[in-house]
Amino acid sequence: MKTEAHTSHAADHHHDAHAHGSLSTYMLGFVLSVVLTAIPFWLVMGGALPSKHVTALVIMAFAVVQIVVHMIYFLHMNAKAEDGWSMMAMIFTIVMVVIALSGSLWVMNHLNSNMMPVHQMSGMK
Amino acid sequence: MTIAVKPTQTGEPLFYLADEHPHPEGWSTPLGFWIYLMSDCLIFAILFATFGVLGGNYAAGPAPKDLFDLPLVAVNTSMLLLSSITYGFAMLTMQQNRVGATQAWLAITGLFGLAFIGIELSEFAHMIHEGATPQRSAFLSSFFTLVGTHGLHVTCGLIWLVTLMTQVWRFGLIEANRRRLMCLSMFWHFLDVVWIGVFTFVYLMGMLR
Repeated sequence: MKTEAHTSHAADHHHDAHAHGSLSTYMLGFVLSVVLTAIPFWLVMGGALPSKHVTALVIMAFAVVQIVVHMIYFLHMNAKAEDGWSMMAMIFTIVMVVIALSGSLWVMNHLNSNMMPVHQMSGMK
Repeated sequence: MTIAVKPTQTGEPLFYLADEHPHPEGWSTPLGFWIYLMSDCLIFAILFATFGVLGGNYAAGPAPKDLFDLPLVAVNTSMLLLSSITYGFAMLTMQQNRVGATQAWLAITGLFGLAFIGIELSEFAHMIHEGATPQRSAFLSSFFTLVGTHGLHVTCGLIWLVTLMTQVWRFGLIEANRRRLMCLSMFWHFLDVVWIGVFTFVYLMGMLR
């Protein structure tokens, strides 16, 4: 069992801050996720908010919060895992995702509003 | 880190890192797998962006309101969420070295995953039966590509799950299998994170359009 002890020590050396989670953190993450999933479904299915734009913004906010909850309680993300390289990779990815998503939507939306179909253009004279 | 240069017997200099120390096998796997997941995240980001741009182009075909069944999507979402927590239980029992309990939780996770794929495929079959095929409109093309890619990932996860259960059954909870189960855990929870985006952006926002 000597080698096993050695490898586990070496693993500790490299993954000092590697969190594994416990029953309570998993359950907390699960309960939070259920609540954060149920509310957006209820908002859309029940039509609780009068404005569709407000509802869209609220459910997007719920999605962002739930993604953070999953990251912390299920994926055990923290700033110290892998000497911070996991966090670095994630921050880089988030920057890329934001550029890809907002850039595509922004550019294509402008294209749509500036390149109107011909029959609408003729009506604007 | 300093680089030492040492002449070899053939006379060619040999370059290596002077302070290189031995690492246990697989010590860098979690970080490597995380970087893979982040690259996968970029694939999904592009598919989400495509759906965001094309999601309103119905080509006089069916719109989300005609197609989506939100109670069914809610059931599907809970299947994936339940499979996430049962995988968490499998990881907890793995840490306690309880092979039987780990296998049982993995099997339950697999059943929830199978239920998710089953519901998704029946939804797809229903849509295609009603004429809402991927060829019908840009909205449906991007919908099937995004949701289908996620479903394909879950299917791969299920195959991987069965493979690992066989590995654990053959060799027990050895170090290599623990590492593999850790990677699948990250993969499985990551797919649940992507699904949060899918049910919010595609299904709920689709019903609001």
